[in-house]
Amino acid sequence: MSAFFKSFAPKSSGDLARIGVLIALAALILFGALRYDNFLSPFNILSFLRYNSMFALIALGMALVIMTGGIDLSVGAVAALASVVSALLSPISWYAGLAGGIGAGLMVGLLNGLVITRLRIQPFIATLAAMLAANGTALLLANNQSVSVSYDTGFTVIGQDDFLGFPIPAWIALAAYILGWLFLERSPSGRHVLAIGDGEQTAALMGLKVERTLLGVYAVSGLLAGLAGVILAAQFGAGQPTEGVGWELFAIASVVVGGTLLTGGSGSVGATLAGALLLGMVFNVLNFENGLGWISLSAYWQSVIRGLFLLVVVVLQARLTSKSTA
Amino acid sequence: MLLSMQGISKSFAGIAALQSASLEIGESEIMALVGQNGAGKSTLIKILTGAYQRDEGTIRFQGKDVSFSSPAESQAAGIATIYQEINLAPQRSVAENIYLSREPRRFGLLDRKAMREGAAKVLKVFNLDIDVDLPVARFNAATRQMVSIARAVTQNARLLIMDEPTSSLDEREVEILFRTIRTLKQNGVAVVFIGHRLDELYAICDRVTIMRDGHTVAVSAMNDMPKMELVRHMLGRELAAFQALARDAGSDDARPVRLELKNAGSGLRVRDVDLSIRQGEISGLAGLLGSGRTETARIIFGVDRLERGSLHFNGSERNYAEPAAAIADGIGLVSEDRKVDGIIPDMSIRENMTLALLPKLKKAGIVDRARQDEIVSRFIRSLGVKCASPDQPIKELSGGNQQKVLLARWLCTDPSVLIVDEPTRGIDIGAKSEILKLLRSLADEGLSVLMISSELEELLAAADRVTVLSDGMSVAVLPRQQLSEQNLLAAMAHQIDGASGELA
Repeated sequence: MSAFFKSFAPKSSGDLARIGVLIALAALILFGALRYDNFLSPFNILSFLRYNSMFALIALGMALVIMTGGIDLSVGAVAALASVVSALLSPISWYAGLAGGIGAGLMVGLLNGLVITRLRIQPFIATLAAMLAANGTALLLANNQSVSVSYDTGFTVIGQDDFLGFPIPAWIALAAYILGWLFLERSPSGRHVLAIGDGEQTAALMGLKVERTLLGVYAVSGLLAGLAGVILAAQFGAGQPTEGVGWELFAIASVVVGGTLLTGGSGSVGATLAGALLLGMVFNVLNFENGLGWISLSAYWQSVIRGLFLLVVVVLQARLTSKSTA
Repeated sequence: MLLSMQGISKSFAGIAALQSASLEIGESEIMALVGQNGAGKSTLIKILTGAYQRDEGTIRFQGKDVSFSSPAESQAAGIATIYQEINLAPQRSVAENIYLSREPRRFGLLDRKAMREGAAKVLKVFNLDIDVDLPVARFNAATRQMVSIARAVTQNARLLIMDEPTSSLDEREVEILFRTIRTLKQNGVAVVFIGHRLDELYAICDRVTIMRDGHTVAVSAMNDMPKMELVRHMLGRELAAFQALARDAGSDDARPVRLELKNAGSGLRVRDVDLSIRQGEISGLAGLLGSGRTETARIIFGVDRLERGSLHFNGSERNYAEPAAAIADGIGLVSEDRKVDGIIPDMSIRENMTLALLPKLKKAGIVDRARQDEIVSRFIRSLGVKCASPDQPIKELSGGNQQKVLLARWLCTDPSVLIVDEPTRGIDIGAKSEILKLLRSLADEGLSVLMISSELEELLAAADRVTVLSDGMSVAVLPRQQLSEQNLLAAMAHQIDGASGELA
């Protein structure tokens, strides 16, 4: 094989899974485009991007956490908390709302990181506790109801307006993914994230600063969840203390579908984005199917179908992966 | 003197792991560091690299007093360590592994081109031409080790510590490794070589430091230290006064052979082992660490597949595919490490003892509690297990009593062959002789025991016959009449002519 072709050959089993998610995404878009009239309409595309940007942001943070071999169950509750905080602060100015939401997320993330690295608590437990605490705090701050944002300070622009024809949330997510990709693929610290996921003890013996890296990763996950919360509040005009339930699972699913191993040490930012888009696309297709009027799927059935779809993708990936390593 | 560690002491939970140990290494010197399990080698190394902190003592490196608080610090000072397995991040590329934590940068980002070229260049020094973009998991053990060494070289290491570097290499690969080590020496790098294969130590090392029970017991130029002397230092000579338990010789050869290995081999660790266990005898299995004793037991017990040679049980050929098959023939194994694959700490004595028997204790799918109770109390009585009640968690028992419960686990299945790997490790001297007596009386009742032991006094006291392994090969079989400290040491140092038991 010539060196040129060799450079395209998958180098690890993860690469195959990543190719798989792209194929699935392309197939689903093709299916939608052929079957439904307005599937590729600007309106559908833009509202799809506007809504799914939040999930893409959360999935990015989750991907980094999972690459270290950890998990962050608090992201959904953190997004809800951030949406409340930003809604409460939005009357002051739009950037107070933005900074407040991001800050709230960052704080929970830092706390997660500290509990995990200093107190040596399993990430699953630490972030589960953070999820409950963030959820309670959000309800307390919001008095158990949604909190309207101010429409006078321009805060809603963050969620509702476009820039150069694309929704601002999509630009934010795109920027985050470009930075995330640069970080993971091109910065030494990004490679350390993967090396730590490969084996914490080994990484420490190789002289990597394991605790500091883990702290940073959980902080970033919290920050991105906070950002998603800000977009949530700005997009729907209200801080939503009861939103975000199950978002962490959606994020985990996106990451896994993107070929990142739950055991850590491998993964890709681009495939995580593809995974998040794929899961959103399934949702979108089901909505269109309902719109055709042939069948009427309740939200419950949609959930069942999404679950089955996820299972099929993951099983296919497992097959691909085991063949390549056999 | 490149490194001088003096008077190093270290205790864990009140138990001394090192007592005033020392280690001195000259510039470009290759130093062998040897000792049995628990002698304190790895504790000493971990103190040097900063993974542990010493309680007492001084460390001078390159003429300066040092005290490293982490492996990262010692690495920065020029001390690199290559551990047996956990060296590299398996899913990361070769180039990344070489440069992790010291990546070449351009404008703050990774300079991937420099990384790739640098990695290829340093590997070329060791005659290794591989795709440095592939994950290290794709390569064999020898190549991964080269990558580890390359990593150390790019760190400008002055002292390279290698922990059993040859344990997973074949002969050709060992030769490559030795060439690499000599190249390092020529470039002014000193090496600490921790190993057990004596021939290898003599082939590559300049000097040897021998440790035992947390002390440094001898330091010598390699060539001035005869093999037998080295083994004697490692094993120690203070033989505890065990009552001689072995039966009178003579009747032994008349007993039928229960289990027999002929030219057995599996993987790299077991190369050519002849071994027989007769009915009603304690057959000892001796050898230095890494000589293939435990691995031989794993073949008999069906954990590892017999790849070469033959295994006979009661005269018919066997090749156990899994432990269940060996167990079905009545073979039991009490493993070396009680804590890892023996006891289940939080379970009761009752449950631990009847774990292997459970399938037979079923009555309509449910454990027959009355029979279980009867069996458990019988063995508690007959083995003299000291406990408050059968429902006490096993972790609350002393080491000796835990070991008795593990023996009972197999004994209650009524085995014909019982393999005990280091049966008295970590238990006090009184309990030791009790366990030995127990094994003796079981043998007298007809059980065939294979006793793997590093403790000479144990073998001398209890075994009817000892097979000595060296480097995966059985090098001697010493019958009762020839069993002496002198002969055992000589055989372990591999100075015996063939398997006949004649001293060279």
